[in-house]
Amino acid sequence: MDAKDILGLPKSALPSQEKKSKAPRESQRKPDGISREVYALTGGMAPLMPAVDFSQLKRKAQPENEKITWQWLPFTNSARKDDLQLYHWVRVVNGVPPTGDYSFSKFNKSVDVIKYTDEEYEKCLTDPISDQRINLYRVWTKEETDQLFDMCQRFDLRFIVIADRFPSSKTVEELKNRYYSVSRAIMIARAPSLGDVAGHPLVKEPYNKSQEIERKRALSLVLSHTKQQERRDVEVLAEAKRISEARKTIKASREPELPVISDTGLVGTDMATVDADNVSPSMDPQFPPSMATNPVAEIASVISSLRMMRVYLRSYAHEQMVQAASSSAGLRTIKRVEQTLQDLGVNLKPRVPTKAVCSEHLELRKEILSLLNLQKQLLYKEAEGSSYRDGAYAETPGTPPKRSQRATELDRTFTPDPTSFLGERFGKGDQKRKGSGRLAEAPSSPAQSKRPRKFKASD
Amino acid sequence: MSLSQGADKLDITDPLPKSQSSKMAKSSEDNEKKSLVKKRKDSEICLPIVYGNIAVWLGKKRPLSEHQSHKWTIYVRGATNEDLGVVIKRVVFQLHSSFNNPTRIIENPPFELSESGWGEFEIAMTLFFHGDVSDKPLHLFHHLKLYPEDESGPLSIKKPVVVEAYDEIVFSEPTEAFFARVQNHPALVVPRVPVDFTLPPVPMEEHGNGKRGDTKDHPLNQWFTTFSEADELLKLAAARQQVQAHIARLRRQMILIDGQQQHLKASDL
Repeated sequence: MDAKDILGLPKSALPSQEKKSKAPRESQRKPDGISREVYALTGGMAPLMPAVDFSQLKRKAQPENEKITWQWLPFTNSARKDDLQLYHWVRVVNGVPPTGDYSFSKFNKSVDVIKYTDEEYEKCLTDPISDQRINLYRVWTKEETDQLFDMCQRFDLRFIVIADRFPSSKTVEELKNRYYSVSRAIMIARAPSLGDVAGHPLVKEPYNKSQEIERKRALSLVLSHTKQQERRDVEVLAEAKRISEARKTIKASREPELPVISDTGLVGTDMATVDADNVSPSMDPQFPPSMATNPVAEIASVISSLRMMRVYLRSYAHEQMVQAASSSAGLRTIKRVEQTLQDLGVNLKPRVPTKAVCSEHLELRKEILSLLNLQKQLLYKEAEGSSYRDGAYAETPGTPPKRSQRATELDRTFTPDPTSFLGERFGKGDQKRKGSGRLAEAPSSPAQSKRPRKFKASD
Repeated sequence: MSLSQGADKLDITDPLPKSQSSKMAKSSEDNEKKSLVKKRKDSEICLPIVYGNIAVWLGKKRPLSEHQSHKWTIYVRGATNEDLGVVIKRVVFQLHSSFNNPTRIIENPPFELSESGWGEFEIAMTLFFHGDVSDKPLHLFHHLKLYPEDESGPLSIKKPVVVEAYDEIVFSEPTEAFFARVQNHPALVVPRVPVDFTLPPVPMEEHGNGKRGDTKDHPLNQWFTTFSEADELLKLAAARQQVQAHIARLRRQMILIDGQQQHLKASDL
């Protein structure tokens, strides 16, 4: 406090300061009705509405008609194997002690671990030789199997504990695999016919060791995701959803489209279908789904509306087609397309709008759109790659060190510094692109510097 | 109106009994009319036009008044200076309300209007077509330009300010009559006729006032711009090539990355 005085800082500037001064004051006051510790639990400050009705707390059990006493009495626990008698306080009502078993004995559950005889072991449980060749350490001897079962019995199938105490080191999955396959084999062997046991879950769904390993690995990966990765996953999933929905709308619009075309007898039906064919392949993986409108449907509707007009200007028709083709692109993407057109030395609106010129212009715009989408996809892929590598590092122990080395080697050959580079890109992201939506920005190609020259007005 | 679907052939009436020969004659006439009205599907006729204005500064000493600083002509002409009268019946120019009779109707080609004034404004031109071409008119808009781009430069009596725009009027599904009429007309771009098609007889066109409708020898035609699509097509083709090359390069990169990621995934097991 003196230091603050010297520095000239205001005493009540920080809210944390205030809280600290409040807290000791609060604890010194003794609240009524509830104990001090309980009061502290509620946050140390009086709630606006009392969370607990004080009158409730004060009220004690009021059995006027019964006489309650507490007695120190012995009891037995049916869960115990010996006859140990312990003492505890018992609530006695009118002189009658409570009857019944010790209330906690019902929790003493145990697992029925199958017990096999030696003959049974020899007959059907010996670990097959083929496995032994694969990995010597994986073979199960009779001693080991016996030990396993003994531990299973002792520890009630708590495999984590068993794995910890198992004399020769085996993974949890291996132990489980052995236990379940042995139990299953015994059960099948003992059953009079296969049909009797077919319903048993052990028989119906056998333990799949590799699947379990994979599942646990995936779980740990998900657990080790950073917040950033989670966000990216959500983004990617949302985009995938949008793309699949867009695909559905194409399919949906294609079916009603075909009868429409034949009914109105469109001029150049080839044109309509060719347009549709051209648009949809470029649409499927690559179209930015920022707006849900479907270019194929839009283009078809533009064509039919032009037919209805009978007489129209080609420049007008071209404008409509351009709008329809870029209907699924956001405003920013359209601006980038126009910027690209300017870089290429092409007029945004054709100066001589003949049929040929207009169709070429339209095709060029579509190609630029797919180019921009490809660039975006490439960015995502790189981000994916780097996030995947990050995830690989955070995996469960047991991965050999050489593997992580290999990942970093690939890292180096692939791109100089993906994470920080991409991080920078994603950080600046949209603002940077707004300023100069030029093709030169695309990060992936190492020949980045060459590109601006390429797109200047042709010589 | 009997519209058979997508048929190129003309309707032919069934032969009727002789007692109704007069009726037959009449009905065949009707059928001819009907066939002329029937539309040609799957085709379009294209009319390339150029519209704009030429404005000349009248200099410091002006014959009429202070306010008539420029003489300008607004027009719609064929892109190759052909006669548009075969398609367009009349053009209505809507001028600024400060003009007397701002709605000027030009009934014959060449469809142009000359005036004098000082102000630049938007002129709306409505093109009315012949009956067999279209019922609906088409609207064009042009901003009248009197002063040159370079604002600080001196005005010249000799060099006019010319602003022209190229466009094409598309007639989709034209009627048979229209189609037949303009089959070989130089002003239009008409699709080829299939071999077995028989053309109905075409009445000869005549302009009312005997003046020629084309603008090939127009007094101002030295200032007309020639619009060529070749230039633009070339630029577009070059641009497309560049974009396609770029796309191919990015695709190769994607394959590379995919391969590397697969490799990484494989090493995890």
